[in-house]
Amino acid sequence: MTFESWISEPVNWVFLLIGLAVLVSGFRVVTSRNVVHAALFLVGALGGSAGLFLLLSAEFVAWVLVLVYIGAVIVLFLFGIMITRAPTGLDEGLDSGRKFWPAILSLAVFVTLAWGSIDAFGANPVATTGTATVTEVLGESLLGRFVIPFEVVGFVLLAALIGGITIARRDLTPVEEESGVAG
Amino acid sequence: MIVNQFLILSAALFALGVYGLLVRRNIVLILLSVELMLNAVNINLVAFEAMLDTTEALGQVFAIFVITVAAAEVGIGLAIVLMIFRNRRSANVDELNLMRW
Repeated sequence: MTFESWISEPVNWVFLLIGLAVLVSGFRVVTSRNVVHAALFLVGALGGSAGLFLLLSAEFVAWVLVLVYIGAVIVLFLFGIMITRAPTGLDEGLDSGRKFWPAILSLAVFVTLAWGSIDAFGANPVATTGTATVTEVLGESLLGRFVIPFEVVGFVLLAALIGGITIARRDLTPVEEESGVAG
Repeated sequence: MIVNQFLILSAALFALGVYGLLVRRNIVLILLSVELMLNAVNINLVAFEAMLDTTEALGQVFAIFVITVAAAEVGIGLAIVLMIFRNRRSANVDELNLMRW
């Protein structure tokens, strides 16, 4: 498949636009000097990924991504930033000084993965858009063939909930405990 | 659309996550980079599902599992960060040298 025939499909223009937005946001996540901005750029990267999922006709996963990540996880991150850093302005101490070898290593990771996928998959087409996965199929799969992993992942969430509360709560000193002062 | 354009995009996103994981000092920012990498994996899973077009939507099921586990990981991770910050007044990984010999 030549580049000309690839670029002549309008859906690939949408892909290029979203992909560029995702990459720029992802780059800003790892380079931004402001912690809050880094978290907000992650919203951009995740929102772009949701757009890609829509292109791939995975509507349910796209909206789950928006609800769970942008709705809940980012808020959790912002809470974590607020609790651990009182000044949320610019900060020069966010990165370690050594940037050369990490850049080389991540470039090597990218080249390896990209070369491997080009080598293995060539120009395999994906299903055309417009045939969205019916959520019913997904639900039957989740509660049919994958019902045990589904229950296990629910248990993992419960364990994470209890573990998070146990780790993050402040232990009372014996004096406080006697006088009944709540933490 | 071909499957490779999604795979290469997600490889770039994963590489950015690796870079952030190695360069950042703040634990919260390291967790953000981990989220970026997990998201790259999700793009891969959904793209493979669109390529293979399985009758049970297997790739999307696995993407949902990855999202769930990532949410649990963030919850526990931020609880640990909170605990470390409370004890050491710092959220930088290079200042946590208590267990360094």
